[in-house]
Amino acid sequence: MLPPILTALLIMTGIALALGAALGYAAVHFKVEGNPLVEQIDAILPQTQCGQCGYPGCKPYAEAIASGEAETNLCTPGGDDGARTLAELLGREFKPLAAGAVVEKPKAVALIDEASCIGCTLCIQACPVDAIVGAARQMHTVVSKLCTGCELCLPPCPVDCIALVEEPRTPQNWKWKYPATGLRVVA
Amino acid sequence: MTSPHIRQPASVQRVMLTVLLALAPGIAAYVWQIGAGILVNLAIATAAALAAEALVLKLRARPVALTVTDGSAVVTAWLMVLAFPSIVPWWLTVLGALFAIVAAKHLYGGIGQNPFNPAMAAYCAMIVAYPALMSQWPAAGQGDFAAQLQLILGGSREVDAVTGATALDTLRTGLRNHADVNTILATGAFGFVGGRGWEWIAAGYLAGGLFLIATRSIDWRLPLGFIAGMGGTACLFWLAAPERFASPLFHLASGGAMLASFFIVTDPVTAASTPRGKLIFAAGAGIIAWFVRVFGAYPEGIAFAVLLMNICVPLIDHKTQPAAFGQRTRP
Amino acid sequence: MIARLFSFRGGIRPDSHKKESSGAPIRPVPLPARLVVPLIQSSRGGARPIVTVGDKVLKGQCIGEAEGKTGTAIHAPTSGTVSEIGRYPMAHPSGLESPAIVITPDGEERWIAHEPLDLATASRDELILRIQASGIVGMGGATFPSHIKIGKDSTIETLVINGAECEPWITCDDRLMRERAADVVRGAMILRRLNGARRVLVGIEDNKPEAIAAMSAAARARMDTEDADGGARIDIVTVPTRYPAGGERQLVRVLTGIEIPANRIAGDFGVQCFNAGTAHAVCRALVHGEAMVARIVTVTGDVERPGNYEVPLGFPVADLLALCGVRPGVDRVLMGGPMMGFTLPKLDAPITKGSNCIIAASPGLFPPAPPEQPCIRCGRCARACPAGIQPFDLYWFSRSRNFDKAGEYHIFDCIECGCCAYVCPAHIPLVDYFRFAKSEIRARDEERRAASQARARFEFHTFRLEREKAEKAARLAAKAAETRASLSAAAKADAAEQNVAPPPPKPPT
Repeated sequence: MLPPILTALLIMTGIALALGAALGYAAVHFKVEGNPLVEQIDAILPQTQCGQCGYPGCKPYAEAIASGEAETNLCTPGGDDGARTLAELLGREFKPLAAGAVVEKPKAVALIDEASCIGCTLCIQACPVDAIVGAARQMHTVVSKLCTGCELCLPPCPVDCIALVEEPRTPQNWKWKYPATGLRVVA
Repeated sequence: MTSPHIRQPASVQRVMLTVLLALAPGIAAYVWQIGAGILVNLAIATAAALAAEALVLKLRARPVALTVTDGSAVVTAWLMVLAFPSIVPWWLTVLGALFAIVAAKHLYGGIGQNPFNPAMAAYCAMIVAYPALMSQWPAAGQGDFAAQLQLILGGSREVDAVTGATALDTLRTGLRNHADVNTILATGAFGFVGGRGWEWIAAGYLAGGLFLIATRSIDWRLPLGFIAGMGGTACLFWLAAPERFASPLFHLASGGAMLASFFIVTDPVTAASTPRGKLIFAAGAGIIAWFVRVFGAYPEGIAFAVLLMNICVPLIDHKTQPAAFGQRTRP
Repeated sequence: MIARLFSFRGGIRPDSHKKESSGAPIRPVPLPARLVVPLIQSSRGGARPIVTVGDKVLKGQCIGEAEGKTGTAIHAPTSGTVSEIGRYPMAHPSGLESPAIVITPDGEERWIAHEPLDLATASRDELILRIQASGIVGMGGATFPSHIKIGKDSTIETLVINGAECEPWITCDDRLMRERAADVVRGAMILRRLNGARRVLVGIEDNKPEAIAAMSAAARARMDTEDADGGARIDIVTVPTRYPAGGERQLVRVLTGIEIPANRIAGDFGVQCFNAGTAHAVCRALVHGEAMVARIVTVTGDVERPGNYEVPLGFPVADLLALCGVRPGVDRVLMGGPMMGFTLPKLDAPITKGSNCIIAASPGLFPPAPPEQPCIRCGRCARACPAGIQPFDLYWFSRSRNFDKAGEYHIFDCIECGCCAYVCPAHIPLVDYFRFAKSEIRARDEERRAASQARARFEFHTFRLEREKAEKAARLAAKAAETRASLSAAAKADAAEQNVAPPPPKPPT
C-alpha cells in the first residue's frame, strides 16, 4: 500500500487531469462563434453617423475602439448608457461622457424650410445616410423616416434654412411610465 | 390610475392568517398529546421574529408597519417552533427566530426574495450548532407542563423524566442493532401507524392542510408531490425488503412529514412556481428526505431536503415553463 | 346546434354591476353646442379632412377621406357648420391631442341622401369598399378597420359574432342585441357572405337572457324567411359568464375549441370574429346606406340616470356626463370597463367609435388601490391568467427592466385583461408593469430597426462615394486617353502629310 499522502496526491492529480481534459474538450467542442469585435461594437453604437466622436461614422469609430485607438466615451448620442455598455463589452473601465457633452436630447429630425431653400445641394452631400432628396436649384426635402438627427447638414447650409424638430408625440410612440411604487420609504 | 380599477378583497395578511388558522388543529393535537410547553415556545418565537422583522425593516428603510403586520414573520416563527423539539431552551428559540428572519429572509432582500425556506434554514443551523438540544424530544402522553416550562426557561436539563426517543430515532437505533422492523415497531413507542401520540399531531396537520387545499390557499400539487415522493420511495424499498425498511405509512405519519407536506414545501416564496415544477420540487424534497432519514446521519432529513430543492428552484422553474395560450395547438 | 362548448384557463368572476344600466332602453341625446370629431378613429390609420372651415355639412356626409388602404373615413355626426379644424385631446390614456374637425350643429339633423347598396347585385369588392367608406371599425374597443379584416383572402370556416360583453358595468351590446337583434343578425349574415364562412356563431354570456332570447328569435326569423344565405346557419350560443370570455381569442376558444396564439390572427385558423356592434353597423351602412355617425354608449357608475345612450361621435364626455347627472364624490371618469378601461385625463375628450362605456367613478364604488406590497409568488395571478403565462415572473423581469427575459417569457402574449392584478393579494399593479415593459420593448425594437437601417444606408453612402470616386477617376483616365489618342492621331496626320514615319504609340497610362 502507498502511504496516505501519496494516495491523496495521486487522487488529486487524477482529478485535476480529468477536469482539465474535460475543460479543454469543452473549450474546443462547445466554442461559441461570436461576432467579430467590430460588429459587436457597431451594434451598440446608435448609428446616428454624426461624426461627433471625431470619426467619419459609427463603423469607423467601432474600428477605432476595437483597435484600442479610441476611448469608449466619445459617442454623444449613445450617452452614458452606451458608454457603459461598450466598456462592459470590452472589459475596460467605464468613463462617463466628457463634461459639457449634451446628454439625453430627445430624438429630433432635420426639417428644411422649403421656402428659403436655394437648392445648393450642400446638405445632400453632407448627409451620411442619404436622407435628403432634391436636385441643383430645386428645393430639397428631408425624408424624416430616414433622418438620424446627426445635425451634419446644419453647418453647410448657406441660408440656415435647416432646423431640427422634435418628433411629435403620437399614441404610437407614447410610452407607459414605470409604475410608481410605495415600497421604499422616501427619506 | 390605470386598469384594472377593481380588485378582489385579498391581501398578503389574509393569506398568512389562513395558514396560521390551518396550523391550529396540529397545535391543538400537540398540546393534547405532548403538553402545553409548545405554546411557550410559540409565543417566544413570535415575539422574537416580529421584533427582528421590525428592526431589520427599519434598518433597511422599508415601510415597517405594512410589512410587520403582513403575518409572514409569524408564520415563519410558528413553523420553525413546530419543527423544533418543543422543549428547547428559550434562547435557542430566539436564536432560531433571529436566524430565520435576519439571515435567511432579510439578507436576501426580505419577503418574497429569499431563496431558502427560513424555518428550515433555522432548523438546519440549529441542529448543526446544538445537535444535542435539538435531539431531545418530549415524550408523548406525559404532558407535564411545569417540567417542560422548566426546561424551556433554562433550568438544569434533567431531561430523562420528560423526553423520549422519537419513532424515527427508535427505528434507527433498532436497525443499527440489526433488529427486524416489525419487532421494533411492536415496542411501546409506536401507535397505529407512527410514533405514539405524534400520529395525532400529524393528523391535525393533515386536516389543516386539506382546509388549505379546499380554500385554494395552497396548490394541491405541492403536498401531493411530497407525499408521492416520500411515500413512493418508501414503498419501493419496503416492498423489496420489508424487514429492513419501514412502510410508507409509517414514514408519512412520523417526524415532520405532514407538517412539511402542507406547510413547508408549500411556502410559495421558496417553492417552484410552475405547475409541473411544483410536482418536481415537492417530490424531490420527499425523496431526499426519505434518503436522509434512512441512510443519512440525522434521524429527520426534511429540512435538508427542502433546502437542497430550494437550490434547484430556478432551474426547475426555467425548464418547466407552461405553454402560453395557443402554444400547444399550433398547427 | 353546437355539440359542446370548450373552456379557457384562468379568468375571474367579478361582480357584474350590469343591472344599473341595462334596465332602460337606449335613449337619444340632445345635441351639444359643438361636436369634436377626431380624424384618427381607428387603430390603423386616420382620415384626411375634405371640408374647410365654414362649410355646411349634412348628417352622414363624408368629412374625412380614408388615408391609404388602411384608413377609415369619418362623417359628419349631424348637420351643421364646420367651425374649426384643430387639435383636441384624444380619448386616450396619454391625453395627447389629435387633429379634429369641430362641427357646430344647426339642430336640424338633416341627413345626406342615403345610398344603400343592392345586396343582391353588388360585388364583394363593392361591399368592402363601402364598409371602408362608411368608416366601420371594430366596435368592441380595439377599433381595427373592418374592411381590412374582412378583405383578407383567408379561407374562413366560422364567423364568430362577439356578444359576450364580459366586462362588468358595460351593457351597450346587451341593449343593442335586445332592441336591434334583426339588424345585428342581418349584418352578421352580410359579413358571412363576405368572408365565405359556412356557419355563424353568436356568443353571448349567460347573464344576458333577454339578449339571448331576442337574438335567437331574430336568427330563427332570418333562417325561416330567407334563403338568400345559401342555407348557412346562425346559432346563438350561451357561454358561461367568466371574465374575459369576451376577449376575441377566449371567445373563439370557447365556441370552437381553437386556440389562436398571440403571434397569429384568427383568420389563419379559419375563424373571424366581429363584435355585435360592428355587425349592426355593417347592416346600417350596406342595407340602409348610413355611415357610422353614432354609437351606443353605456353611462354608469355614480350618475343619477345610468343607462345606454345613442351618442353622436365627437360628443364631449363632459356634456354626456352632465346629461346623466354626476353625483357628488366622483373623482375620476373611466372610459371602457373597470378591468381594461382607462382614466380619462381630460373630460373634454370626445366619444369615438371605440368608446363603449363611460363610468363616473367615486372612491365608494372604485376604492383606491391599497399600497403595493412585495410579491410572495403565491401564484394566484398565474391561476387567473387566461393567456397561460406566469405574471409574477414577468413582474420581476419588467420591474428590473430585464426586457429580453420578459420577451422570452411571453410578455407579448399578455392581453392586459387585468385578471392578475385583480386577484393579487400584494396589490401589485401588474398590468402597469407589463404595459411599461411592452412599450419599452417596442420603442427599443423600433430604435434598433432605425439603427440598422441607418447602418445600411451609411454603408451604401460610403460605398457610393467610393464608387463615384472610382468612376470619376476612370472617366478622367478615359478622357486623358482619348485626348492623347486624338493628339497622336493629329500628329499622325501631320506626319503623313510630311511623309515622316510616325513615332511609336505610347502605351496608355
